[in-house]
Amino acid sequence: MPGAAHPRDNQGNPSMLIHIAKRILVALPTLLIVSVLVFSLQKLLPGDPVLALAGEERDPATLAALREKYHLNDPFLMQYLRWLGGVLTGDFGVSLRTGQPVLELIGQKLPVTIQLAFMSMFFALLIGIPTGILAAVKKGTVLDWLANVIALSGLSIPNFWLGIMLILLVSVQLGWLPASGYESPFVDPLRSFQTMLMPSFVLGTGLAATLMRHTRSAMLGVLSADYIRTARAKGLGSREVIMTHAFRNALLPVITLTALLFGELLAGAVLTEQIFTIPGFGKLIVDAVFNRDYAVVQGVVLCTAMGFLLMNLVADVLYVLLNPRMRTAL
Amino acid sequence: MTAAETSLALPARSQARVWSKFRRNRSALVGACIVGFFGLLALLAPLLPIADPLATSWSAIRKPPAPEYLMGSDEIGRDILSRMIWGAQASLLAGVISVVIAMLTGVPIGLIAGYFGGWTDTVISRFTDALLAMPFLIMAIALAAFLGPSLSNAMIAIGLSAMPVFIRLTRGQVLSVKTEDYVEGARAVGLGHLDIMRRYILPNVVPPIIVQATLTVATAIIAEASLSFLGLGQQAPAPSWGSMLNVAKNFLGQAPWMAIWPGAAIFLVVIGFNLLGDGLRDALDPREH
Amino acid sequence: MITKTLLSAAALGALLAIPASASELRIGLQDDADVLDPHQSRTFVGRIVYTGLCDKLVDLDKDVKIVPQLATDWTTSDDGLKLVMNLRDGVVFHDGTPLDAEAVVYNIDRAMTLPESRRKSELSSVEKIEATGPLQVTFTLKAPDASLLAQLTDRAGMILSPTAAKASGADFGANPICSGPFKFVERISQDRIVLEKFADYYDADRVKIDRVVYLPIPDTTVRLANLRSGELDMIERVAASDVAGVREDANLTSQESVGLGYMAIYVNIKNGDRAANPVGQDARIRQAFSLAIDREALNQVVFEGTARAGNQPFAPTSPWFNAALPVPARDVEAAKALLAEAGVERVSIELQHANNPVVTQMMQVIQSMVAEAGFDVSLQATEFATLLSEQTAGNFQMSRSDWSGRPDPDGNLHQFVTCEGGINDPKYCNPEVDTLLNEARATSDVAIRKQKYDAAGAILNRDMPIIYLGHQTYVFGMDKGIEGFQAYPDGMIRLKDVTDAD
Repeated sequence: MPGAAHPRDNQGNPSMLIHIAKRILVALPTLLIVSVLVFSLQKLLPGDPVLALAGEERDPATLAALREKYHLNDPFLMQYLRWLGGVLTGDFGVSLRTGQPVLELIGQKLPVTIQLAFMSMFFALLIGIPTGILAAVKKGTVLDWLANVIALSGLSIPNFWLGIMLILLVSVQLGWLPASGYESPFVDPLRSFQTMLMPSFVLGTGLAATLMRHTRSAMLGVLSADYIRTARAKGLGSREVIMTHAFRNALLPVITLTALLFGELLAGAVLTEQIFTIPGFGKLIVDAVFNRDYAVVQGVVLCTAMGFLLMNLVADVLYVLLNPRMRTAL
Repeated sequence: MTAAETSLALPARSQARVWSKFRRNRSALVGACIVGFFGLLALLAPLLPIADPLATSWSAIRKPPAPEYLMGSDEIGRDILSRMIWGAQASLLAGVISVVIAMLTGVPIGLIAGYFGGWTDTVISRFTDALLAMPFLIMAIALAAFLGPSLSNAMIAIGLSAMPVFIRLTRGQVLSVKTEDYVEGARAVGLGHLDIMRRYILPNVVPPIIVQATLTVATAIIAEASLSFLGLGQQAPAPSWGSMLNVAKNFLGQAPWMAIWPGAAIFLVVIGFNLLGDGLRDALDPREH
Repeated sequence: MITKTLLSAAALGALLAIPASASELRIGLQDDADVLDPHQSRTFVGRIVYTGLCDKLVDLDKDVKIVPQLATDWTTSDDGLKLVMNLRDGVVFHDGTPLDAEAVVYNIDRAMTLPESRRKSELSSVEKIEATGPLQVTFTLKAPDASLLAQLTDRAGMILSPTAAKASGADFGANPICSGPFKFVERISQDRIVLEKFADYYDADRVKIDRVVYLPIPDTTVRLANLRSGELDMIERVAASDVAGVREDANLTSQESVGLGYMAIYVNIKNGDRAANPVGQDARIRQAFSLAIDREALNQVVFEGTARAGNQPFAPTSPWFNAALPVPARDVEAAKALLAEAGVERVSIELQHANNPVVTQMMQVIQSMVAEAGFDVSLQATEFATLLSEQTAGNFQMSRSDWSGRPDPDGNLHQFVTCEGGINDPKYCNPEVDTLLNEARATSDVAIRKQKYDAAGAILNRDMPIIYLGHQTYVFGMDKGIEGFQAYPDGMIRLKDVTDAD
């Protein structure tokens, strides 16, 4: 068994550190390009940001003063460099709409979305892994077929529709769970859990489907491998074979996938947060796009991209750490 | 165009094998049937004996399903059944066209990156990484807002947001094909880059792209619905499933049927494309089980 | 999992440490407020929050009459160029600073000079303001302005603590300090704004709520579901389709008031090239368009009868409504006749509107109504952020937008239809109208003003640069336990005397 054959002795392996450093170096220009892209994209947005924020009165003198204040009359490149310089020194600018520093907004919203991501992942793992294992072990049976149908449904159902249907049924008709009203878990854990239950279920369904399919195929691959056949031939009980040998080895791609899915969760929360009025990253950014709140759009997209790249790196490192063959290959 | 390239890609014998594998895959056939059914509905919308999807009736506002209005009527008394059928046109078209846009832009860029390698590849790859690091839906929302709310702009926005996936996939395929003997051979006899790409590389990268395209249509349909749901897709009075949902969410309590039908239709079509994509993947997979 | 348990244990501790508040009112708002600085802010929901947070020099009563708040009484000189206000004694700001004449002078100056101030146009008639006593201020005006007092019932008349405003400058909104019945506790944007009762408020006996939480919940269904489940005690702007449900629900009550604003279609008369179209160039065609609309049916279909059909900048319920011009009934034949007179049979026109569902529904109804008279309207859905800039730039043929309304009639007319009006997007210009509206502004004699507005209204009804459609009603839904709340035409939530039985 490959897992047992190699002791975990080389975690401090310099080649590992070099590998990570290399990955970070590659990620830096990517982030720089993201910053250029997001800055240009939102400069292209129609509608004068100052006018969008001017409200009904639209007093020209005030508009001019605001444009001056936010340097909106400067050449594009100047604006970009000023913003980038600020970002590098930890100043992401202020929201045009509320006057709050963007970094403070990010600090307020990120924990909410992370909580949502964790709870969704919890649902996804809870549903996805056992059904994946079951489907692989019972391959070709009705159970396998059923698990596949459920997974496919999870992948195909539009999240926002599932969300409004749940609100309709659970909140409006039955009155079981609140339709919105986020509360921090540090203030009221029960309420926090209640308000996050539906949104994390909605987000979790799609992830569960992906996890189930990967668990199933990884398990199938492992189950057909020689050492499992040997173990079975040696007369080990099938439950033991599945749980101790097969699953442990099938786990590797699943863990990597989980890390990758986390990165995607940050983005996937966009509509779900909108539906359930959760004051997280997704709602922040959609509202900012519609309000033309430039600094917020820029800061949040950059932050999301960073999170995404970070989770990719984590997945990559995990893959190497957990896979002895890869470790020696370094 | 995809069909022609597939036949280019595979010799007749393996084509027959793919077809028979596909045919034996029951869920793929179910997928094809679902997609075919909705496709037919969309095509035949003008010919079917249904009400005018734009005809309003002040006396029949938000009527529940009944013989007169099989799926009920909407907020200004239009027949939902008829709007569902016409909406199929918008939703399917949006799904397919945005993927065509993504392929037409993504595949050539990926080909260039993979084939030429070196700096070209590095620059393109970093750009692709950057694009992939930005959330798909956020990109689509921002692009749609930039272009202005309309169905065609939503297609462009979704297509461009889905492009990087095709760049990366094509590039990877090209890299694995590029060193094959027959490519080297073609180069040795002095064929031009364009000819080599067209005749020897493209056909071999097509199968996985077709699979990806089918699955991306599913994603694109959901994306179009999402944009329309936010008011950035199909605009009134023309129907699309997403824009019907956008209106329906205001009447959830009073007229739930307005939200149930379009959502269920999106769900079904997307399942269809996912089944079809999975089936194609299995059929085109050279690794035989 | 272990971290998760630890987290909830810590959270439980935190929960026990916070004492349950005595009486908390949770209010669902349609939108999130913008910056909480009355001189800089612009949103409607922001004004709702200020009603609790910041007192003003003067206030409105239910009949849109001006009543004392921080100013106890006031007089205007005969030439209309001086306004003397006496201030309430013993008022302090939330930071303990006393509210005196100097504080008021500082505030009006700030509203007029802060570069970010959005109040400049509202105070444009003010030449200067001076403290003429410890508790007396005198405004000197450039020209008589009958609408100034009404401006002071809103954000231009809100008085911030000068100590706090001097210290924080343009960042005042992060921690706003005023003298209202409630003081600022915290704000988490897009989530909540929390205020608590200000113990030293001059009228503290009438404040019976200890804590107010404003929660922005844009989705009407979700807002109502939260009210029904008891998550919220009150919601503003109940969706028209939900009003009947709220009225029928034994656990809820509702209050409503016709708003001060209007819903209208602006026609590009002379704002750039796009004005060159039949509707922009011929008043008869605009009249035909207006006649083809069944305003009452519009109200019934889109607003379930909760709004008011209208044809003027003032609702039929307003004392300023011109009774000589009643809301016209739909007359397709008359509309066709007008088109024939103008020498056209069918007119194609583009109409831009905000891409929100209710407006879209309304425009589709209008589209099918005017089609019968001969108008082929192509609807251009636009994001709200773009709509305003297109409208300002003249990139529209017809444009649908709302005006939230002002207590003084001047605020609903002058800036829209005078030649140099700040938001005259149609670029309509008629010297006769200018004269009438300027004269109406210059006198405080109500009878003379009414006569001028009626005369201007008749001209506008003929030239029709703006096609008025109706007036929205502010509907509030609340828990049965809430007593003492009254809906005002300005749509604000005044919390004095409101009690919560829960």
